[in-house]
Amino acid sequence: MPKLTIDGIEVEVPNGSTILQAAEAAGIEIPRFCYHERLSIAGNCRMCLVEVEKTPPKPIASCAYPAGEGMVVHTDTPMVRNGRKGVMEFLLINHPLDCPICDQGGECDLQDQSVGYGGDHSRYDENKRAVKDKNLGPLVKTVMTRCIHCTRCIRFITEVAGVPDLGATSRGEHMEVGTYVEKALGSELSANIIDLCPVGALTSKPYAFVARPWELTKVDSIDVLDAVGTNIRIDARGSEVLRILPRVNEDVNEEWLGDKSRFAVDGLKRRRLDRPWVRRDGKLQPATWNEAFAAIADRIKGVGGDRIGAIAGDLCDAESVLALKDLMGALGSSNIDCRQDGAKLDAARRDFYCFNTSIVGIEEADALLIVGSNPRKEAPVLNARIRKAFVANGMKIGVIGAETDLTYKVTHLGDGPNALANAAAFLAGAQKPMILVGQGALTRADGAAILAACWKLAAEVGALKSDWHGFNVLHTAAGRVGALDLGFVPTGAGKDVAGMMGGGVDVLWLLGADGFDSARIGANTFVIYQGHHGDAGAHRADVILPGAAYTEKSGTYVNTEGRAQRGFMAIHPPGEAREDWTILRAFSGIIGRALPYDTIEALRARMEQVNPVFGRIGHLPRFGCGDLSGPAGDPAAIGSAAFAPAIEDYYQTDPISRSSPTMAACTASHGGAQALAAE
Amino acid sequence: MAFLDRTARSLLLGELVAGLSLTLRYFFKPKVTINYPYEKGPISPRFKGEHALRRYPNGEERCIACKLCEAICPAQAITIEAEPRDDGSRRTTRYDIDMTKCIYCGLCEEACPVDAIVEGPNFEFATETREELLYNKDKLLANGDRWEPELARRLELDAPYR
Repeated sequence: MPKLTIDGIEVEVPNGSTILQAAEAAGIEIPRFCYHERLSIAGNCRMCLVEVEKTPPKPIASCAYPAGEGMVVHTDTPMVRNGRKGVMEFLLINHPLDCPICDQGGECDLQDQSVGYGGDHSRYDENKRAVKDKNLGPLVKTVMTRCIHCTRCIRFITEVAGVPDLGATSRGEHMEVGTYVEKALGSELSANIIDLCPVGALTSKPYAFVARPWELTKVDSIDVLDAVGTNIRIDARGSEVLRILPRVNEDVNEEWLGDKSRFAVDGLKRRRLDRPWVRRDGKLQPATWNEAFAAIADRIKGVGGDRIGAIAGDLCDAESVLALKDLMGALGSSNIDCRQDGAKLDAARRDFYCFNTSIVGIEEADALLIVGSNPRKEAPVLNARIRKAFVANGMKIGVIGAETDLTYKVTHLGDGPNALANAAAFLAGAQKPMILVGQGALTRADGAAILAACWKLAAEVGALKSDWHGFNVLHTAAGRVGALDLGFVPTGAGKDVAGMMGGGVDVLWLLGADGFDSARIGANTFVIYQGHHGDAGAHRADVILPGAAYTEKSGTYVNTEGRAQRGFMAIHPPGEAREDWTILRAFSGIIGRALPYDTIEALRARMEQVNPVFGRIGHLPRFGCGDLSGPAGDPAAIGSAAFAPAIEDYYQTDPISRSSPTMAACTASHGGAQALAAE
Repeated sequence: MAFLDRTARSLLLGELVAGLSLTLRYFFKPKVTINYPYEKGPISPRFKGEHALRRYPNGEERCIACKLCEAICPAQAITIEAEPRDDGSRRTTRYDIDMTKCIYCGLCEEACPVDAIVEGPNFEFATETREELLYNKDKLLANGDRWEPELARRLELDAPYR
């Protein structure tokens, strides 16, 4: 623990820290371009110069210089200031001063730092360098002349994303960053290089020239397009969400965001349900809220509770799920289910369906078995965490399921559940083993058996200890864990999704449920679709109630770890659409069974009453496993079919991304690459 | 004595003569007033009149949608929307100025990195309806085309001081 003095402030930093990190600990700002705390140290921009006493009298790059005991560092001497000014002048020699047409303008490190640390003129009169732009696919726009060769993008793609697509060719002034052979970036995290790029060399293609950062209102929210619960910031202008950026949350996403979550925003403007619709004479026709509610109330009259059912979809916030559950309770129905893909999740105990190790916990694990899951596609940010653990401490990783490139080295143990028999030997000897069960394993007919078998395996290999819980379920639906926490599963004689299909109920309420084949619903079933996109569910509906998308409502989401997080409203829902819980509350009043909450605070108090988890927003206590008894399901009943992937196409998994032209372009550009890889 | 002096002045109509002589002097001096709609006074090259969007000599519009004028406008009179044009260049799809909000401070002109938006010499743009004062991009470009020789000359005259 070296102790050093920086500008008169004494700090003690962990061994192996650099001077720059020590300065950050002391609260002193040091300008930098190439240094990034989550990437390896490159030391090539030379902007972070400082002066250290009793060293040769020259400026030192603080990002690459280890902090030593008793060092005396100065960050604001004439030598340092001159050095930084000189570095800035060199950086600007080949940087085009095209800030007015650059999308980075207003949020550009080079702009800010040249104002803060640069000179007021350049002495360079010669010709500037020009570099040909590279085509990196439909998401990242390049203006390579602006590149200052910090190599952050190369290091990110190689180290964090684990897809070494980018690299530098040539040296010195002729250095160019590119993909060697022209191709789209193959990573699901590729767009993070846009955030990392300190200049405008890499910018967002769909967002090109759309807005300036100072025009946007910024609202904190939670991503719902996968189950990781990535913390995001929604940037909106007027009634339009323009872009989504990640927020830092060390426990969940660090500062990364998957491409789908970032770029599916343009789907929020298309195919939206902005008014109620009622089916009359076999055709959906526009209606008013009152007409729509009256149509439902008419149909529901006299129907017994056991003939009414409700299915919650994948993107639902916990508030609307609870309101729907309470409404169904008021109607006397226990036919409720949130597992629209038929996953055999056991809601009896919370650790049967959560990612119990937690995402941070992955870094502590020393062995991991992935069963029927492709985390790279199902949760790219979580996959980056697995890769981080793999790189940092050489975690041993086994996969049962389809053989794909997960960006780290894996041992392929088999294609189907039979391989679970060999898994115990693979995990043997690990101190903190993890088992990750994906939806690909649970949506099968023998899903319950596989879940039980995995639990049994976890108990056998010592993954279930009082201080370590190594049993994990990786969800793909952001609303799933929240709905399970609220008990949105059939109880007693209640019917599950399969039971409600084929005429199992007379009235079916779909809360944003599009994830199953709507042809399975019985021909005479009256379907109410409440949601925000005119997707599969809306086409089959008899009454459509327009709801709000996740950017348009304040909602609580529980991620796959079981961490409750809250997102806030960025814009208002379009047209006559309303926040989902208010729709359910209003309808309950019309049928004379008013739900006991009029404000979202009252509803949240009720949520906390149902499950105390909702009282701990953002906070997730780690726990071990005290009870070894496993989920229901006979481990012996497992079949032998190979696991099918839970997600076929990463870019189009839900109504929002299916409506997004950007995601369609990604599918088009990556579909070819995948087909090639399969050959 | 004072009584005599005053009496003599009033009897000899001294004040009247003095006043009339002033009138007569001005009668023969050059006139200051101008016959406004037919005659106009000189204005400075920095005069801040009606806005115009300029073009380059080859006909390409200058505005690059950097939005600096929109940002600096203290009256928030400017609204810009942009997207990549077919050739990939950054252009506005919408450039509106609400002339009823504008306070003619000239900051837009000063913020513009490419001398696209300028305040020209024209101050005679009164309209019959309020709506006519909500200028769009076409109107501003037409202004630019109409006034370009004058605008270019003004910028040239002011160049040494910028």
